[in-house]
Amino acid sequence: MVTEKQHIDDILIPILEKVSDPEIPVLSIMDMGVVRSAVIINDIVKVEITPTYSGCPAMDVIGDDIKSALKDAGYNSEIELILHPAWTTDWITPRGRQALEDYGIAAPLEAEEDKGVLLEGKRLVKCTNCGSQNTRLVSQFGSTACKAQFQCEDCQEPFDYFKCLK
Amino acid sequence: MKENLYKYILGIADNSLILGQRLGELCGHGPSLETDIACTNISLDLFGQVRSYFQYAAKIAGDDRTEDDIAMLRKEREYFNLLLVEQPNANFAYTIGRQFLFDVYHLAFLSELQKSADLTLSAIANKCVKEVSYHERFSSDWIKRLGDGTKESHQKMQDAINDLWTYTDELFHQTEADITMVSEGIGVDVTKLKEGYYKRVNEILEAATLETPESKYFQKGGKKGMHTEHLGFILSNLQYMQRTYPNMKW
Repeated sequence: MVTEKQHIDDILIPILEKVSDPEIPVLSIMDMGVVRSAVIINDIVKVEITPTYSGCPAMDVIGDDIKSALKDAGYNSEIELILHPAWTTDWITPRGRQALEDYGIAAPLEAEEDKGVLLEGKRLVKCTNCGSQNTRLVSQFGSTACKAQFQCEDCQEPFDYFKCLK
Repeated sequence: MKENLYKYILGIADNSLILGQRLGELCGHGPSLETDIACTNISLDLFGQVRSYFQYAAKIAGDDRTEDDIAMLRKEREYFNLLLVEQPNANFAYTIGRQFLFDVYHLAFLSELQKSADLTLSAIANKCVKEVSYHERFSSDWIKRLGDGTKESHQKMQDAINDLWTYTDELFHQTEADITMVSEGIGVDVTKLKEGYYKRVNEILEAATLETPESKYFQKGGKKGMHTEHLGFILSNLQYMQRTYPNMKW
């Protein structure tokens, strides 16, 4: 498991926690693990964020949203996009995983199980509606780069599954 | 400016740009909703990767060039992508065949690029390799499904592989920039990827009940800017807005 320490000034945490992922409004960018550092240097907040997927169009919006949230709190800021170390689904916090599930997106499984459900037709993803594991892969790719489409064979609910990325 | 490094980056990035554009053509035209979304998702990943590469290339160029200029304002002979990735979406078997033959290479290439002495390139590779392993799984899966599917899907998949095979040898050719970058520990020695590539490709083709073509006649040129007729048409689509309305922005 990749563990990379985040450097975020305590005073900034409540501000950044209010910024959410534009594609998944219930999920704070802090719980998503995309903020890698945020420190105040000479009255300017320097923020480093890392993209979930290279082509994720939400990153530009997230950068703008962080700027405006910090502005509202009285800070000027500079946002930098960093690629290393690369984002992994391990960085989604337990609270973030719960928020995803509550929103109707199944949280990522571990790498081996992920391969099993996406390639070998295994039924391990829990339906976000009824909790059944009798779920079927509809498409390896979903509404955004980070998700796949599933359907529950018991309650028939279609739902997204957040793919494991390591 | 570091001329060789700049050229080397374009050589990598142009593959993703042109293949991304090809896949983007399927937006709204895929054979089913799921494959349509898959192809455009892969396209999006590739464009995201291109942005990282071109932003870095623009920094190296050190003049007022931007990532958009590099993507949109070069002439055909100044693109260094492989001939393979510019081949058209003749039918879905071609789209999958092209993707598979590129993905296997791309995954092996990026795995090696992670060890680059250039820290930006290794960071980009580290990011991209995760995405590309999904692409490779997707295209390998479809090769098997079509190859080991119906009589018709088998024949179409075999035809596509036979036709695209002629572009595979170029994956392992080196330009002067490549050789220099390898000697500096920055670039990947693609000649060393060849054996593993064909082994992996054979494995999947066999599992898909497809035959590995025996033809030894191969096309080359893309890496030096000499392209098939298809690239000009792709570029006219890609560049139309910037050429017609210079400097326009969304």
